[in-house]
Amino acid sequence: MLKRARGLWAWLLAPAVLIISNQTMAEEVERWKLNMVEGVTPISREVYGLHMLMFWWCVVIAVVVFTIMFYSMIMHRKSRGVKASNFHESTVLEIVWTAIPLIILIAMAFPATTSLIKLYDTSEAELDVVITGYQWRWRYEYLDEDVYFFSNMSTPREQIEGLEARGANYLLEVDEPLVIPVDTKVRFLITAADVIHSWWVPAFGIKTDSIPGFINEAWAIVDTPGTYRGQCAELCGRDHGFMPIVVEALPKDEYQQWLDQKRTDLAEIRQLTEQTFEFEELYQRGQQVYTQWCVACHRADGAGVSGIFPALIGGVSVGPVEGHMDVVVNGVPGTAMQAFGEQLSEVDIAAVITYERNAWGNNMGDMVQPIDIFNFKQND
Amino acid sequence: MAHGPAKGLRRWLFTTNHKDIGSMYLWFSFAMFIVGGIFALIVRAELFEPGLQIVDPNFFNQMTTMHGLVMVFGAIMPAFVGLANWMIPLMIGAPDMALPRMNNWSFWILPFAFLMLLSTLFMPGGGPNFGWTFYAPLSTKYAPESVIFFIFAVHIMGASSIMGAINIIATVLNMRAPGMTLMKMPLFVWTWLITAYLLIVVMPVLAGAVTMVLMDTRFGTSFFDGAGGGDPVMFQHIFWFFGHPEVYIMILPAFGIISAIIPTFARKPLFGYSSMVYATASIAFLSFTVWAHHMFTVGMPIAGELFFMYATMLIAVPTGVKVFNWAATMFKGAMTFETPMLFAIAFVMLFTIGGLSGLMLAIAPADFQYHDTYFVVAHFHYVLVPGALFSIIAAAYYWLPKWSGRMYNEVLGKTHFWVAFIGLNLTFFPMHFAGLAGMPRRIPDYHMMFADWNMISSIGALIFGASQILFLYIVLDAIFRGKKATGQVWEGAEGLEWTLPSPAPYHTFSKPPEIK
Repeated sequence: MLKRARGLWAWLLAPAVLIISNQTMAEEVERWKLNMVEGVTPISREVYGLHMLMFWWCVVIAVVVFTIMFYSMIMHRKSRGVKASNFHESTVLEIVWTAIPLIILIAMAFPATTSLIKLYDTSEAELDVVITGYQWRWRYEYLDEDVYFFSNMSTPREQIEGLEARGANYLLEVDEPLVIPVDTKVRFLITAADVIHSWWVPAFGIKTDSIPGFINEAWAIVDTPGTYRGQCAELCGRDHGFMPIVVEALPKDEYQQWLDQKRTDLAEIRQLTEQTFEFEELYQRGQQVYTQWCVACHRADGAGVSGIFPALIGGVSVGPVEGHMDVVVNGVPGTAMQAFGEQLSEVDIAAVITYERNAWGNNMGDMVQPIDIFNFKQND
Repeated sequence: MAHGPAKGLRRWLFTTNHKDIGSMYLWFSFAMFIVGGIFALIVRAELFEPGLQIVDPNFFNQMTTMHGLVMVFGAIMPAFVGLANWMIPLMIGAPDMALPRMNNWSFWILPFAFLMLLSTLFMPGGGPNFGWTFYAPLSTKYAPESVIFFIFAVHIMGASSIMGAINIIATVLNMRAPGMTLMKMPLFVWTWLITAYLLIVVMPVLAGAVTMVLMDTRFGTSFFDGAGGGDPVMFQHIFWFFGHPEVYIMILPAFGIISAIIPTFARKPLFGYSSMVYATASIAFLSFTVWAHHMFTVGMPIAGELFFMYATMLIAVPTGVKVFNWAATMFKGAMTFETPMLFAIAFVMLFTIGGLSGLMLAIAPADFQYHDTYFVVAHFHYVLVPGALFSIIAAAYYWLPKWSGRMYNEVLGKTHFWVAFIGLNLTFFPMHFAGLAGMPRRIPDYHMMFADWNMISSIGALIFGASQILFLYIVLDAIFRGKKATGQVWEGAEGLEWTLPSPAPYHTFSKPPEIK
């Protein structure tokens, strides 16, 4: 904080700083980000151009209006001994200042319309990615590739609470980024599982609402490999500020390698379902799963939030195992509790249930194996 | 019938006097302005630096929601109704409002609505946390229990607004002094007449929206649930069909106030009176055709996007006419810069900035980047704070001598202006940059790249908030210790209200005045 206050001061003294050190100044300017990014897709560049065009039009209009006003304020003040005129009507003037803005607006409408038509052209995509918004994470599914995964924010709570130094990508980092190939027309099919979210990556010029029950489309051709970051843009509940988006654009061959690797990983996880685990293994894994998936609502100490998110101390955690599995797998309709049956693997569900039944003094002493979850889903 | 006010509390509870009711509206709105301001300062305190320091994200969401609701329905709207109550009868030479008992009722239900709304903060699960726009399904399936109290409170506020609007229309159309033709009415009366019609059209739409939310949360319907055949986007269409005219409800009366103040201190008649009336009417009409520009990213078909983009851009024309008319009124006048004039000039300039960023937002493809970022927050605060709010403060300074019979302290008034002006620009201007750099709105924590702008905004907010305490002091100081005001008060002021003594007697124009 102190450092920023000093930075603030430096900015106020900018001219002096400029003389002292050109480099400091350059760093300061870099830090005080103030404009839209130009981005790396045809749409984002188009939008950036439009934004700058509109901005300069607005500057011109503001300068004209403010000049007239300041001229009057300086020249036509009573203290200079001027006498007020009495004119108060002019049809010609009224027509002029209705017509000129109208012409400017028409001039603005042309580029805006052509850009919008390009923005809406999602045809001939080479790759389709289904994006589903959840409270508070994103799910990415590569259509026809049998690859899907969830993407959670990976910034540790300690950084948010100020107990640790904040990383370079504070709040803008995830456990598994979306990976797409460069120079490929990617179509995003965007929907939601619970409330409305909005998938926004500034560098792509894409912001599209993800709405439960509906599918929206957007597209991008990324021409520069790199990592691009964005955030959910529509208020979606408690952790709206903590569901970032990270997209990695890879060269085509590296993308293919990644995709193959991902398929193998998913197959391995499916195999784990058939294994039997020790209690300690499940408990440890369960704790990790809980921290990643459950902690936002039910809190680290399992106490929940009174009136909204039920406590897991006692309650369902000390009831019958089937009831516990039902809540986690199928969710609780009409509440914020989602159905995790599709979101988590059998191993992870078994682990987190085992953890919840034995943590925070629940001490039920029982455990659930992945195969139990598999059977529960089959009979469900 | 000419008797004085009753004594004690009964005067205020049972009054049917437009001046008493106007004063109560104004004091109530000031109280709500302070409450909403405290909520805003809690938000700004949390956003002072990155990280979560002060409040839980869920409470943060309650604060942003309540700040919006309290400021829109508690501070801005009642203040304009209060000004209408005080000034419309005085401006058109009427003895009182047309429906005085309903007038009393429409005020007195308001404090209870807000008591109920604010009490939700202390309920289990907390108050409304879904934004003042309460998008479904966040406000239905995923809402805290207290949502029904929010709905009931909104119903009462709506009823109050509708009654106020009916009263104003009835008064303006029936109670004008002989000779006060429509095209002789002061612009404040004109803008309020048009606003009243907007209110009557859209408040029932809001009532419908909250009722559907109630049905979805408590009676198992699926208006806004795709799984039951409903549509969450339909909620947004209904809400913004109310919401966009609502924006103009909060700015049209402000246009009327500014059109009264600038001619007074420029000592020159308002330029283009009739074009001002027509511009107001066209803005009101266009306001019904632009609602979906709040929804450019919901996936509308391209034809819809284009329609709402063009219609929105068109609003710039009548709005521009107004700004040019005010500038032309100032041109070749003989200006002095008392406090109301300072606020009025700041209104024209800063509202223009808000209008220009509005024009940028109207461009649909660019809006995909601006939407739901701090750029939008900056935009609408520039039209609501130096717009609506500054006009109300300007009106308070302008007419306070007429209401209380006493002058405020000019030095303190100007101090209030400059502190508020600096504070407000420090608060809201950096939000443009934060938004363009990529900061979404309604988030309790953010990346370090937004840290500097946010720190400036928070400091500015504190300065702006503090300046309003000074405002309270100035008003109280004027009422109790101010110098006696003349009837004319301002050298260049024209209109029926200035023909009355200051303070305006409890009953005025019992006999209609003569209109030249």
